[in-house]
Amino acid sequence: MKMTGAQIICEGLVREGVEVIFGILGGAVLPLYDTLPQYPQLRHILTRHEQGAAHAAEGYARATGKVGVCMATSGPGATNLVTGIADAYLDSVPLVAITGQVARPFIGKDAFQEIDITGITLPITKHNYVALDVGSLARIVKEAFYLAGSGRPGPVLIDLPRDVQIDQVEFHYPSRVNLPGYKPPLQGHSVQIKKAAKLIDEAERPLIIAGRGVIVSGAYNELKQLAETAQIAVITTLLGISCFPESHILSFGMLGMHGMAYANMAVDAADVIIAIGMRFDDRATAKVSAFAPHARIIHIDIDPAEIGKNVRVDVPIVGDVKAVLSALNKQVISTEHIDWLHQLDDWRKEHPSTVIRGSEELLPQYVIRQIYESTRGQAIIVTGVGQNQMWAAQHYWYNKPNSLISSGGLGTMGFELPAAMGAKVGCPDEIVWCVAGDGGFQMTIQELATIVQEKVAVKIAIINNGYLGMVRQWQELFYGRRYVATPLSGPDFVKIAQAYGLPGLRVTRKEEVAPAIEEAMEYQGPFLIDFMVEPEENVYPMVLPGASLAEVLEEPKGEVAAWPRRSTP
Amino acid sequence: MAATKHTLVALVENKPGVLNRMASLFRRRGFNIESIAVGHSEVPHLSRMTIVVDGSTAMVEQVRKQLDKVIDVVRVSDITGDDTVDRELALIKVKATSSTRNEIIEIVDIFRASIVDVASGSLTIEVTGDEDKINSLFNLLRSFGIKEIARTGRIAMTRGASGSLSVEESLSKARNKRQKTA
Repeated sequence: MKMTGAQIICEGLVREGVEVIFGILGGAVLPLYDTLPQYPQLRHILTRHEQGAAHAAEGYARATGKVGVCMATSGPGATNLVTGIADAYLDSVPLVAITGQVARPFIGKDAFQEIDITGITLPITKHNYVALDVGSLARIVKEAFYLAGSGRPGPVLIDLPRDVQIDQVEFHYPSRVNLPGYKPPLQGHSVQIKKAAKLIDEAERPLIIAGRGVIVSGAYNELKQLAETAQIAVITTLLGISCFPESHILSFGMLGMHGMAYANMAVDAADVIIAIGMRFDDRATAKVSAFAPHARIIHIDIDPAEIGKNVRVDVPIVGDVKAVLSALNKQVISTEHIDWLHQLDDWRKEHPSTVIRGSEELLPQYVIRQIYESTRGQAIIVTGVGQNQMWAAQHYWYNKPNSLISSGGLGTMGFELPAAMGAKVGCPDEIVWCVAGDGGFQMTIQELATIVQEKVAVKIAIINNGYLGMVRQWQELFYGRRYVATPLSGPDFVKIAQAYGLPGLRVTRKEEVAPAIEEAMEYQGPFLIDFMVEPEENVYPMVLPGASLAEVLEEPKGEVAAWPRRSTP
Repeated sequence: MAATKHTLVALVENKPGVLNRMASLFRRRGFNIESIAVGHSEVPHLSRMTIVVDGSTAMVEQVRKQLDKVIDVVRVSDITGDDTVDRELALIKVKATSSTRNEIIEIVDIFRASIVDVASGSLTIEVTGDEDKINSLFNLLRSFGIKEIARTGRIAMTRGASGSLSVEESLSKARNKRQKTA
């Protein structure tokens, strides 16, 4: 059967199981959009900015594990996607971005809204295509979804000239791809796995550092089995949070610049580290030359280029985390490390890191903790970037798999609202809380219109301190408290919410927090709460730039709250 | 770690943009490409590239792995230190007068190079060999006055019956890997 290029794209999307497309149309994608009504199974969500479309597709992909899809027109539509594509690239999020392009005869002529988007996105995509021939389209769509979702996931862009969308060709959807240059390794090398098992058996102070790779490969049970069999404490990276239940007795929090002091101390003292699906980002390792000075390191990752990139590795295992861990679990001997675990527990008692000081002020940490209490830890938390992100990582306890969605590698402010929308669209039965800062929220605030139009019941908590808070914290600590360009006079977010058509509440006092959250949860649709928190509150613990993980700076001693350290649902 | 010259040989799909993708990686990692030579391989849709770069072994290994991740790159090997045949071709246009012409021709003969163009004031010489040979010829001819030189950059191949990077072997390796992991 003959089909137009636009139909082939839609057919391909349907066959790849796409349910929703986030996008904005424009001249160069008109034929494609005109075809969409023929495919009612493809829900299109019109965002208010293409960056929102890309982040929403990311939120969808991160929450569901499926490939997210965003669409934009040529020129500015395409360039507006760039931040979202880069964000997906750095955090290994499966994404297919489809951009319109001027018709083939105009390519290279600097035509209206012509931009070389494949050139621009070359270093931030796993792969990209210009579909110059309608006959290649079916293959390109098939390959794009395969590449985005397999191996180490990532974004793939398809640039689609307007006239190719109109051209017709006999439609055959390939059943498989032929990519001789692409061979994601899955099974780890058996010799390496044996070496790793031996190293783990010999370890006295072993430690697991688990990253997002555990979530991507769905290796929750395998990780738990490894930890429990060999009695190994588990700490996570920021993006690894929720890959291991934080109420578990072997869970010891997050490492890194704003990680728990005891987690960082554990890394510093460990003699064997099993790094799983993580990439030794500088925010996690701190001073890399002083990272884990006593440890031999086993590194399990699907991407061979991550091995030895930042940190020396003793036993590299390249493969899918789930496959490698299952193989490893067969060889690891059941053992105990009682003294070491006691030591870690002592450190946790001495350096609790997540205790909220007793204060009548409205502390941001308290807001996060209250969201945890009210949702019983069952929500998906989508954060912005900066202080709100760190508090959300520290003060909510993630026991539910894949329940934290955050922009880690790129650190994109403005990620929160559209990503929360995408997550809620992908998981309509879940409670989704968007934890935003007042700075980042204003970067993609227009997506409030989208969530109202599409009835996406996202609950929004703005941690409003009137500053670009994390930068202010750095100015306070390292720039003599000179607050250059960090104070923000925000708008009245409650009125903004009302203007967009969703209810909003302002909370200025501690005792109003819980009732406001309850009210938001009871409401059927999207709901916004503007929490006016203590403006100059800092994020602690903190490893200062250039320092090692061992030199962690803790919150200056104040009154300690009677809040329980941890409550298990 | 000392920076040394490394020879990378890559088998790549002959698709638009593949050179750009590879060059972009070198740029991003701060590597200077000393030379790059691209041509068809024994299979029509694949090209073979020889890239010479300066860098420590660890850094070059990181770039090699990154190159290997490029979808259009079928395989890439660092053949530095292997037993290889390295060749480069150069065209050298040198000033020649009636009094120097014979001397130049003698040098050309010694190097088993050939004269491919003769004009009233110049000779154009074609020479093939490893870089040292080309550099020596160049140095000898310099006193006559070099008008122009064009060099292809190194192409390289491992010695022996089984190439380290033959298309057939690379493809079957990729196939095996897929089957094993399927």
